[in-house]
Amino acid sequence: MTGSPLIQLQDVVKTLGVNRVLDGINLSIHRGEITAIIGKSGSGKSVLLKHIIGLLEPDGGAILFEGRTTSAMSAPEKRALKQKFSYVFQDTALFDFLTVLENVALPLVERRGAVPAEIHRRVREKLNQLDLYDVDYKYPSQLSGGMKKRVALARALVTDPEIVLFDEPTTGLDPIRKNAVHSMISDYQRRFGFTGVVVSHEIPDIFFIAQRVAMIDAGRIRFEGTPDDIQRASDREVRNFIEGLESPRDDLTGIVSQSIGQQHLRQEMSRLQRHQIPFSIVLMSMDNLEDIDRIAGHMASQTVFKLFADHVIQNSYLTDTCFRYAINKILVVLPDTDEAQARSFCLKISRTMRHSALFDSFDTVREVCYSVSAGVVQVQPDSGLEDLIAAAESGQTIFYECRK
Amino acid sequence: MPILVTLKTPVAALGREVLVFTRDLGRVFLFFARGSLLIFQPPFQFDKIRQHIFFIGMKSVFVICLTAGFTGMVLGLQGYYALVKYGSTAALGSAVALSLVREMGPVLTAIMIIARAGSAMAAEIGIMRITEQIDALKTMDINPLRYLISPRIAAALVCFPLLTAIFDVVGLFGGYLSGSALLGVNPAFYFSRAQSSVETSDIIGGFIKAIVFAVVTVTICCYQGYYTHTRAEFGAKGVSISTTSAVVISCVLVLVTDYVLTTFLL
Repeated sequence: MTGSPLIQLQDVVKTLGVNRVLDGINLSIHRGEITAIIGKSGSGKSVLLKHIIGLLEPDGGAILFEGRTTSAMSAPEKRALKQKFSYVFQDTALFDFLTVLENVALPLVERRGAVPAEIHRRVREKLNQLDLYDVDYKYPSQLSGGMKKRVALARALVTDPEIVLFDEPTTGLDPIRKNAVHSMISDYQRRFGFTGVVVSHEIPDIFFIAQRVAMIDAGRIRFEGTPDDIQRASDREVRNFIEGLESPRDDLTGIVSQSIGQQHLRQEMSRLQRHQIPFSIVLMSMDNLEDIDRIAGHMASQTVFKLFADHVIQNSYLTDTCFRYAINKILVVLPDTDEAQARSFCLKISRTMRHSALFDSFDTVREVCYSVSAGVVQVQPDSGLEDLIAAAESGQTIFYECRK
Repeated sequence: MPILVTLKTPVAALGREVLVFTRDLGRVFLFFARGSLLIFQPPFQFDKIRQHIFFIGMKSVFVICLTAGFTGMVLGLQGYYALVKYGSTAALGSAVALSLVREMGPVLTAIMIIARAGSAMAAEIGIMRITEQIDALKTMDINPLRYLISPRIAAALVCFPLLTAIFDVVGLFGGYLSGSALLGVNPAFYFSRAQSSVETSDIIGGFIKAIVFAVVTVTICCYQGYYTHTRAEFGAKGVSISTTSAVVISCVLVLVTDYVLTTFLL
């Protein structure tokens, strides 16, 4: 978080009908970050997003862009500002009378000075990046829900916007597609550096990709901070909300959720401190998931990660706890295990992976080289949880590598 | 005080209704004014206008011909039996031609287009509204009025007079079919009286009506669809009510403006 915020909402108030949907919202959105907005259904998340892009005007308060009030801007300035934004609607809002190709091309076609060949090239590029093949001349009603979402994303990203607002981009998608959309948002954000605002119910998945999280409740911002902050928040309302939504298992991999994993980690810690029962942790990361994203698409990379998680689960005992620590990381807690045993656990995984390559089902991914690194730490009674994970992260070495 | 309240209530209600009506009228006018001015904003949307001309005009030709044929035939039939009493069946041509060119042509054409294209416009735009497609246009910095309404106004202004002309001609032949071919009025009399009685001013008057009806129809139908979301009913119900009111209001307004225009044109 550096410098002044890109977008600032100051005491924004909005009443729709008889409901005061926004009741003094104060929120800052910083350049180059993904801000997740979470909150109960009907708490005003979508309305907030519509205020940011100017589809709705606030009844009170102000919205500032780079420190300037948007309502005080001249018409050409407003137009120029609008062109920096893109919006991904909850129900895709694709134009049902246009084909996929025309839908994605529309934002470019309607801009002045558009060159048809250039438009065609950019549209093709976006469709390919989002794994949309052979659908050019289909109409939105002929596509599946997941495909529509991807077409909507392609349409939003085709203008190379500076700020992209996502209104529940993953609702109604299966776990692999959902994770693929998340990894896509995060990947594009890193690559193109846009500022993202994501309204989402996907907890904890959204915490993997967001740099900041704001929770909205009863028309006000109840909590604002980093994903780590919110997961440690003591506010009862925030805790109840997060714990209520958080599924006990990670959707993609089927391993336990981060909060349950952290809980097991704390339990092991206290066992160690009270009864001197040793335990180790192993932090495994698939290092070049992004390369797979780029070469074979986000669906492929998420499927590969799921397969990798399956290997880890197969090799762990019932008493071991695996949980997804980040979008490409799995943390394994091994009770009653010293460092040497933990290393042999890694070795065992690398051996099974060698016997069944992860990429057998993907022709396009076979050319990619990929590696998995692991950091093994035997926990000492006096070490803090954060230090532990940091130590595991710094001590990572590649334990499995595949080059074809 | 209660007496004052009792007196005030109906007046206040009337006042409120008048205010709402005036506000809506103003809105409709602004909607049309903006929509029609945006036709001329470059780059011109030739392709979209062409598509709408095809939809409003080309696809209505068959139904217009059918209606015109039967209208002409019934005019010929009724006219013949009215005129035969006075022994002046030779005037059938002028009776059919004048009623077609001055009244039946523009009015029935407008009503047929409302039924075929106007209802479709209201429903299409209404669905776009409730599925956030209009909001999506705004987020892409595309003016929805320019993108959706202007081409429709332009296309209607082209189609209404042309379809009216087709209606008039086909109707005239319909009158010939029933009057001359079936009932035996001399075809030479029929056509020569038709030709001599219709003045250029009648034809121009008919076209003026067609253009005014085009404006009324397309504005009301698009307006009803565009503001579907402001209704008390939501979703599909809102769209259905928008479509119904688009058809009913524009039909009634066509008949009302027809009367007003006729008093000026005669």
